Amino acid sequence: MSLFQSDEPLLQVHNVTRYYGDRVGCSDVSFDLWPGEVLAIVGESGSGKTTLLNCLSTRLAPTAGAIEYRMRDGTMRNLYQLTEAERRLLMRTDWGFVHQNAADGLRMNVSAGANVGERLMAIGDRHYGNIRSTADDWLGRVEIDSDRIDDDPRSFSGGMRQRLQIARNLVTRPRLVFMDEPTGGLDVSVQARLLDLLRRLVSDLGLSVVIVTHDLAVARLLSHRIMVMRYGNVIEAGLTDQVLDDPREPYSQLLVSSILQV
Amino acid sequence: MPVRLYLNNVGKSFTMHLQGGTVIPVVEKVEFSVSAGECVVLGGPSGAGKSSILKMIYGNYRCDKGQILVTIGDDIVNVAGAEPRQVLKLREDTIGYVSQFLRTIPRVSAEDVVAEPLVAQGASEEEAVEKARSLLARLNVPERLWTLPPATFSGGEQQRVNIARGFIAHYPILLLDEPTASLDAANRAVVVRLVQEKKEQGVAMVGILHDQDVREEIADRIIDVTTFAADVAA
Repeated sequence: MSLFQSDEPLLQVHNVTRYYGDRVGCSDVSFDLWPGEVLAIVGESGSGKTTLLNCLSTRLAPTAGAIEYRMRDGTMRNLYQLTEAERRLLMRTDWGFVHQNAADGLRMNVSAGANVGERLMAIGDRHYGNIRSTADDWLGRVEIDSDRIDDDPRSFSGGMRQRLQIARNLVTRPRLVFMDEPTGGLDVSVQARLLDLLRRLVSDLGLSVVIVTHDLAVARLLSHRIMVMRYGNVIEAGLTDQVLDDPREPYSQLLVSSILQV
Repeated sequence: MPVRLYLNNVGKSFTMHLQGGTVIPVVEKVEFSVSAGECVVLGGPSGAGKSSILKMIYGNYRCDKGQILVTIGDDIVNVAGAEPRQVLKLREDTIGYVSQFLRTIPRVSAEDVVAEPLVAQGASEEEAVEKARSLLARLNVPERLWTLPPATFSGGEQQRVNIARGFIAHYPILLLDEPTASLDAANRAVVVRLVQEKKEQGVAMVGILHDQDVREEIADRIIDVTTFAADVAA
């Protein structure tokens, strides 16, 4: 499997720190992410997980530290030294970003097909028929009926919107996808469907994923590795089932013991 | 037969921070080895640390002290100090774990749950599902259930799905965590036969088996875990 074959990390994070004025967003975070690896960042609201995700995805410049990414040509580049054109190309093609609120990641006033097709056009696809058929194929993969291709996402349910957002992100075959609470705010049954879909797509496409979630069940199902954050610091990190079944830090033990058993 | 697994001076304790930092010693100075084709059974009462030892070998629990050495071809890997991705790699092709508790995944059918470890080792989907079906049949899981997700199955059915999942792929080391608990006699006999087949293939096994009959049939050696009790050693 791709996860173990590569000897070279896809992303290397060195001492990333972000201050908001005097307040710490995240502090001194370092890790490597490998091709095909899913890393979950867990912790309560305000622990710094979204700040970190935004720093990693170049949406928020860190106050200190460096983030290197292995480009498709194999070279390691410092993300904050890319030109604006390079950074945009990366975000449009090689990366995806799945927002908690689908409306933040979709264009709500254009059709579902156009939402998916737009990313293809951004990388130079021009043939309308091909774009439409690829979009249709991707709608199918996220279980949206073909006859909804011309409807705009305002008429979609929350779960459908989220699936559409995933199709829009994955259509360009990115290598790295950032996800911010992708199942937050959805019904439990809708969540289960989305999680199963994500699990399959991530493994079929060999995606690397950094996923922020406060739901430990989501982390257990999707991730290989987990980082627990508190007050902006990574307090514990390791193999997902090891951290969840044998948590070492007081706060991790509290998190794990706070899950309601069904 | 070559040694596949060697535990050297392994120790483990839990610190319960939510109970005022109480330290619960589990085991100390665990030392034993398991050879290819051998089934070693861990003996001792509940709470002696049998499961903790299995979970440390699988990398599910951290190992505080000592080494857990696994032979892979000419290489030796220390599970106790391995990186997460090394542990995941070991679980994919070297160490299997058969337990009675199935963690169900929404919408994944029983036969796909069973086939998954074989697909992960590179088998085709077709071949893996075919083998999954034959194992489910051997374990008397009714055919009408095979294409359904196991979340709604009875406890016994889920257990047998999980046993099939644990036995489907070849791992040089297999950990058995009470695989026969609460099975009926017919299914217990199937599990005993599966274990014997693994032995013939040279698999090194470590097991926890409370069932006296099963234990006598498959154990080559019984290790009394109470000799590793942490308070005795301290």
